[in-house]
Amino acid sequence: MIDTSTVATHPLFGRLTLESFPYHEPIVVATFVAVVLGGIALVAALSYFRLWGYLWKEWFTTVDHKRIGIMYMVLGLIMLLRGFADAIMMRLQQAMAFGGSEGYLNAHHYDQIFTAHGVIMIFFVAMPFVTGLMNYVVPLQIGARDVSFPFLNNFSFWMTVGGAVLIMVSLFVGEFARTGWLAYPPLSNIAYSPETGVDYYIWALQIAGVGTTLSGINLICTIVKMRAPGMTMMKMPVFTWTSLCTNVLIVASFPILTATLVLLSLDRYVGTNFFTNDLGGSPMMYVNLIWIWGHPEVYILILPVFGIFSEVTSTFSGKKLFGYTSMVYATVVITILSYLVWLHHFFTMGSGASVNSFFGITTMIISIPTGAKIFNWLFTMYRGRIRFELPMMWTVAFMLTFVVGGMTGVLLAVPPADFVLHNSLFLIAHFHNVIIGGVLFGLFAGIYYWWPKAFGFRLDPFWGKVSFWCWVIGFWVAFMPLYVLGLMGVTRRLRVFEDPSLQIWFQIAAVGAVLIAAGIGAFLLQIAVSVWKRRELVDRTGDPWDGRTLEWATSSPPPDYNFAFTPMIHDNDAWWDMKKRGYKRPLGGYKAIHMPSNSGTGVILAGISVVLGFALVWYIWWLAAVSFVALLAAAIHHTFNYHRDFHIPADVVVRTENERTRLLSGQV
Amino acid sequence: MSSHAEHHSGHHGAVHHGAGHHDHGHGDDGHAHGTLGSYVIGFVLSVILTVIPFWLVMDGTILDKNMTAMAIMALAAVQVVVHMIFFLHMNGRAEGGWTMLSLIFTLIVVVIMLAGSLWVMYHLNTNMMPIHDPSQLP
Repeated sequence: MIDTSTVATHPLFGRLTLESFPYHEPIVVATFVAVVLGGIALVAALSYFRLWGYLWKEWFTTVDHKRIGIMYMVLGLIMLLRGFADAIMMRLQQAMAFGGSEGYLNAHHYDQIFTAHGVIMIFFVAMPFVTGLMNYVVPLQIGARDVSFPFLNNFSFWMTVGGAVLIMVSLFVGEFARTGWLAYPPLSNIAYSPETGVDYYIWALQIAGVGTTLSGINLICTIVKMRAPGMTMMKMPVFTWTSLCTNVLIVASFPILTATLVLLSLDRYVGTNFFTNDLGGSPMMYVNLIWIWGHPEVYILILPVFGIFSEVTSTFSGKKLFGYTSMVYATVVITILSYLVWLHHFFTMGSGASVNSFFGITTMIISIPTGAKIFNWLFTMYRGRIRFELPMMWTVAFMLTFVVGGMTGVLLAVPPADFVLHNSLFLIAHFHNVIIGGVLFGLFAGIYYWWPKAFGFRLDPFWGKVSFWCWVIGFWVAFMPLYVLGLMGVTRRLRVFEDPSLQIWFQIAAVGAVLIAAGIGAFLLQIAVSVWKRRELVDRTGDPWDGRTLEWATSSPPPDYNFAFTPMIHDNDAWWDMKKRGYKRPLGGYKAIHMPSNSGTGVILAGISVVLGFALVWYIWWLAAVSFVALLAAAIHHTFNYHRDFHIPADVVVRTENERTRLLSGQV
Repeated sequence: MSSHAEHHSGHHGAVHHGAGHHDHGHGDDGHAHGTLGSYVIGFVLSVILTVIPFWLVMDGTILDKNMTAMAIMALAAVQVVVHMIFFLHMNGRAEGGWTMLSLIFTLIVVVIMLAGSLWVMYHLNTNMMPIHDPSQLP
């Protein structure tokens, strides 16, 4: 046991000293300068164009699920740039560090980079993207005007931002964890990681975890309680179904992560021995617990994306989804089975034959419902009139890529094979194959599919195709060499290499990473070009893809209240059914609409949480106490706010709907 | 937030086709608020279920230590059920069956987690922990 009092703490600044700032790391200093200059430019631009009030009133304090959804996507995109910068630094280091070369990153820096890359990509890229799409689309798909708890939604978003901010702070103040993305003890315990890195890790995830869990509760409640009349469970769109299952997984599994991290922080702060090497602690228990959360987390990411592919395939094939019922059951089965496979992440820890074979078999079983889904999509495409628009291109690329990742996954599920491949680059290639080839391709399909709904114009197809091909080819070039290297026995997280024959594979992988960088660049350029050419790409109908589900029934972008009248549902392709039956938009009889009011409390609470997290990381106890009290006070103060709702007056609704009528008639 | 939900259903009268059709797709919420009688029954049962373990421990002679521990846990489990029925008003119909469904799901997940962790950690402990007694070495 380590006596934590040996760490020197100043009464005012805690452990924070001048030495905590990494001014001796030129790369970090250059980044810092760039961030400061960029930040100053941004603040100046926002002030010059007087956008602060607009941003605060219309975006930061909004409780509109659509705007919160868009803000989640912006957060995901910003963090993608950070996470990808980490990735390309690693690729460059590994391509260079051969034949006695140390590369350009020292071990201290490199270890932080691979940890930050994993943490950021999972918690602050994939999760915000997935949550953002669910937030935007689910209420529209079920014909609701918002989520069940609109303020909670705003608060959840800002807590996620809070976690991201704390991680970004770790780049310039102190350091981030050097433990790998799951911070296994004993390495992450105070004895071996006495610095602040792991504390940043813990508090960033705890703050963001509050947001994720609450958002899960919110969306479950929304889906269960706020569906339009007639939409029974088996008439819900598939994306709503997969979102429901995902949020059930979130609510059931994130508390495990929270509890595990609490135990780790007790070990680090109070000197308990849950996961220490001696005095009865068991680091293996941490690995066990973290993967009970960690495996469902994988399905939290992939299930909503399966929903996106279902919507896209059926829309762009012009057909009803093949096997809707089997799709729903496959999703539910995956939800349950995802709790029965966690041990395959540590076959080699020594559980023995009976345990390993049980979890090996459950892992192989879970690939069956996933495979069934692939066949459902293929049969949906069969004899369909397929339109290869961008969302469909991403879907086909997903099917080709993801199947390979799935098969290497089944390979890893065989315990004897896993003993050879565990912790190797083969594993790295496998999970990037399913997370990029599955989750990320799906997110792009979803972004291209729903972008016209959110903004009223399509994304420019030319730059979209450039981005698509760079991403897809870049992925294959970057990760196939890792399969090869893994089979040759190269382990993960290495900084320098001895064997010169391996270098060519790392160089190929680095080329792939550069291609992916070009893909990201083309995507950003595409957004800029599309905004520039938004008049050419405009969609006045609200239904640019000839869609099938309810979100396409309203205008693009939808009015604040989504639907002037709550629709009646008779079919699981509700909008398709309405179109087929010659649906006429009601042109009168509008009433005032009751809506929730904006609130700045979410921003304030999350801001205080960041201060609290920072104080705890640096042992600044007075600040921790003050911010904790402030947190409670702000939360209690919010309960006295009785201005929770307002009515959109009927004449505003009339004006909005008449504008839509005008646009629709101009189109014909 | 209930105001929002109310509002949501309040507009069904204005639904374009099939006005007046109030099927919400998930039944009525069937939320029972217990009677005085049911609260008293719940309270009395809870008191009894608390007094028995207290008495078992205080007396200390009726059962041996292990049996006492087992008895306390069993009675605690029964009391959880009493609380759920009489105070949380849970039954198969509340909230259109959703309460029951989420309870079952929670139980499944908790059982998987506890049983799985015990099984896994038992194996790891047997296979991987250092053997302090030299005679146990192979």
